Amino acid sequence: MSEKEIDDISGVETTGHEWDGIKELNNPLPRWWINTFYITILWAIGYMILYPAWPLVSDYTRGYLGYSSRAELSQSMSEAQVGQAVYLDQIRDASLDEILASNELRQFAMAGGRSAFLVNCSTCHGSGAQGAPGYPNLNDDDWIWGGTLDDIYLTIRHGVRFTDDWDTRDSAMPAFGRDGILGRGEIVEIAAFVRSMAGLDIDPALAARGAEGFADNCAACHGESGEGLRDLGAPALADAIWFYSSDADAIAAQISNPKHGVMPAWGARLDDGIIKQLTVYIHSLGGGE
Amino acid sequence: MNDTSISVDQHDGDLARVDVAPVNAKEHRDLYKSRVKIFPKRVSGSFRRLKWWIMLVTLGIYYLAPWIRWDRGAFAPDQAILVDIANRRFYFFFIEIWPQEFVYLTGLLIMAGVALFLVTSTVGRAWCGYTCPQTVWVDLFLAVESWVDGDRNARMRLDKSDWTFDKIRKRGTKHFLWLLISVATGGAWIFYFADAPSLAYGFITGTAPTIAYTTVAILTATTYLFAGFMREQVCTYMCPWPRIQGAMIDEHSLIVTYQEWRGEPRSAHLKTKPENNPPAGDCIDCNQCVAVCPMGIDIRDGGQLECITCALCIDACDTVMEKIGRPKGLIAYSTTGAQEQAETGDYVATNWRAILHYRTLIYFAIWSLAGLAMLYGLLARDRLDVSVLHDRNPLFVILSDGSVRNGYTIKILNMLPEPRTFRLSLSGIVSATMYTAEDGSHPSRHVDVDVPPDQLRSLRVLVRADPAYLSGESTSFSFQVREWNEEISRGGDAEQASYEAQFLAAP
Repeated sequence: MSEKEIDDISGVETTGHEWDGIKELNNPLPRWWINTFYITILWAIGYMILYPAWPLVSDYTRGYLGYSSRAELSQSMSEAQVGQAVYLDQIRDASLDEILASNELRQFAMAGGRSAFLVNCSTCHGSGAQGAPGYPNLNDDDWIWGGTLDDIYLTIRHGVRFTDDWDTRDSAMPAFGRDGILGRGEIVEIAAFVRSMAGLDIDPALAARGAEGFADNCAACHGESGEGLRDLGAPALADAIWFYSSDADAIAAQISNPKHGVMPAWGARLDDGIIKQLTVYIHSLGGGE
Repeated sequence: MNDTSISVDQHDGDLARVDVAPVNAKEHRDLYKSRVKIFPKRVSGSFRRLKWWIMLVTLGIYYLAPWIRWDRGAFAPDQAILVDIANRRFYFFFIEIWPQEFVYLTGLLIMAGVALFLVTSTVGRAWCGYTCPQTVWVDLFLAVESWVDGDRNARMRLDKSDWTFDKIRKRGTKHFLWLLISVATGGAWIFYFADAPSLAYGFITGTAPTIAYTTVAILTATTYLFAGFMREQVCTYMCPWPRIQGAMIDEHSLIVTYQEWRGEPRSAHLKTKPENNPPAGDCIDCNQCVAVCPMGIDIRDGGQLECITCALCIDACDTVMEKIGRPKGLIAYSTTGAQEQAETGDYVATNWRAILHYRTLIYFAIWSLAGLAMLYGLLARDRLDVSVLHDRNPLFVILSDGSVRNGYTIKILNMLPEPRTFRLSLSGIVSATMYTAEDGSHPSRHVDVDVPPDQLRSLRVLVRADPAYLSGESTSFSFQVREWNEEISRGGDAEQASYEAQFLAAP
């Protein structure tokens, strides 16, 4: 367009575009709008100079300020670690009883212990420490290796039947059936007697026949009335809590060819402060002694 | 385009005639238009006086309210009105609101909404004309403007004039004063959110939180911009109320009205009397009503979206009517119903009874009911609350003797600003005992809990029960919380609360 065309009706210049006789008016953008637009362009240029902006072949333009979100993250992570270190150092130096006695340390240990439990322990013991057949429930008051702070600490640190750790908690129940120590019939009788000790429903005559076998073979570790022996990790049999199952066949199977649970020693994997936090957390779940 | 050239006032005796056109005149309406500068003329009269008083009271409340002290004892702030966002408390004299009691705010908003309906249906846009912050601050800014620059004509001349030293001096003074008011406006706002004296000290010494400075900066900018430059544009284009209020007004609503039946036909000649031929109305077309209007409109065009009913045109017209010896009230508060009646001949002057009709009475009833319900709620509310959360994993634990244990997180809210001891007890399951996770040595039917002033105390409680006394998978019982101290043990009144909980066990 060499010549300006003015629309008769509105008195506004047209752009020269025409469709089916309809012409487009060239109303200018409002000044504030166009100025804002120019400011955004200037802003973008400033941004590109100051901040990372353009991808290059193997790198990118770093920007004058050298900003990096990754660096920001690692900085805030290390700041958080510095903040935690104050408490972690105190927990490392304090005894378990001291941690429990100090309100501040106990709260920190509870939070840290819960978090460490979910990461390391919940795979076997469950996220609520509710356990599963073969993996003890940590909420109840039935402890195989003891439920005091020191007992729990020792179990976590050295594990159970974990052969790489010399101080691990270790014991083995003889395989009475597999090794031919007891006959099939005797095992069924002893299993019935074990059920009767716990007050579970069973044929009294059958159970009575197992009493002598139990006294001869089992009472040494599990106790004469089935109260268990923590030093040997022999579970209490006369209570309401069953490690595997209270089913008569399952008890017989365990006597015949026992399963032995294994727990890793966490002393080599976790910081001592974390293990202490875990101890306090587990102790507070309700069954701590 | 509007002609905003300097008006040449024609003097007819001691009466000034103003050459001014309303900004929203029909012939100038367009889809897009630039703002027409408005230079409202000073006016005096009863409504102007009323507006000065309202400005004094509203600004006085705004600036002074955060500085009022109110003693609440050692454990709560002593500021009468305080929105404590950091601690999630709202204090208003003797009332303290916790976040979960924000239903009171909803109630207040309902009351404010209905009050606006009530006011609008009775006296039109009284909110807009007298008490809206936009109106009050524009009024204040205009007062500063005319104090520095002079009245309408002087301001228009100054606006058109070149940048002389005098103009620079006047503009500088005006904007300096405007900014001063703006900073004071933004500055007063922050004191509602923190202890006013210590925040003021921190603000001056530069140790106040960044958010305080940011808030003041933003409110300074908005005050300066809205009251100094945008003014009537805020009401006409930004605010939704004119539309809503326009819809609320009916033939019984008192609004600022030009009594057309009395004023028309207009005659510019003072001496023309109604009994002359051709007959002339009382309006002498002096345009004073347009010149004083802060919205820049002509009330004689009838009710309009732009009119905020500030009533300054009433003052202006009454002055003129007095001078020419005609009755006042050519522009007056009246209803459209009364105007229609007047046109048929029997005009009845509007009196206060005009506001009493079904609609306003219904609004008033709703407003009062909402207010009374809130008042009752406020007086009867509990200052003790308890909530119980059952452990989700595990749901229950079987213990070695066969009994069942459930874990609960119990939250006791002491909503009074004084430390209190509460006795948490079990009610419902025979044989059940409980102990806290911190102290498992004494299982009992109750536990005493100290709760700090104005705070929530969360504690984990373990409840143990003999399965013989449980009714299947889920047994109902309740936790009772009762205030407990020496006075109560001797028979005093105790605040109490209870919470229905479930005790779960194996099927």
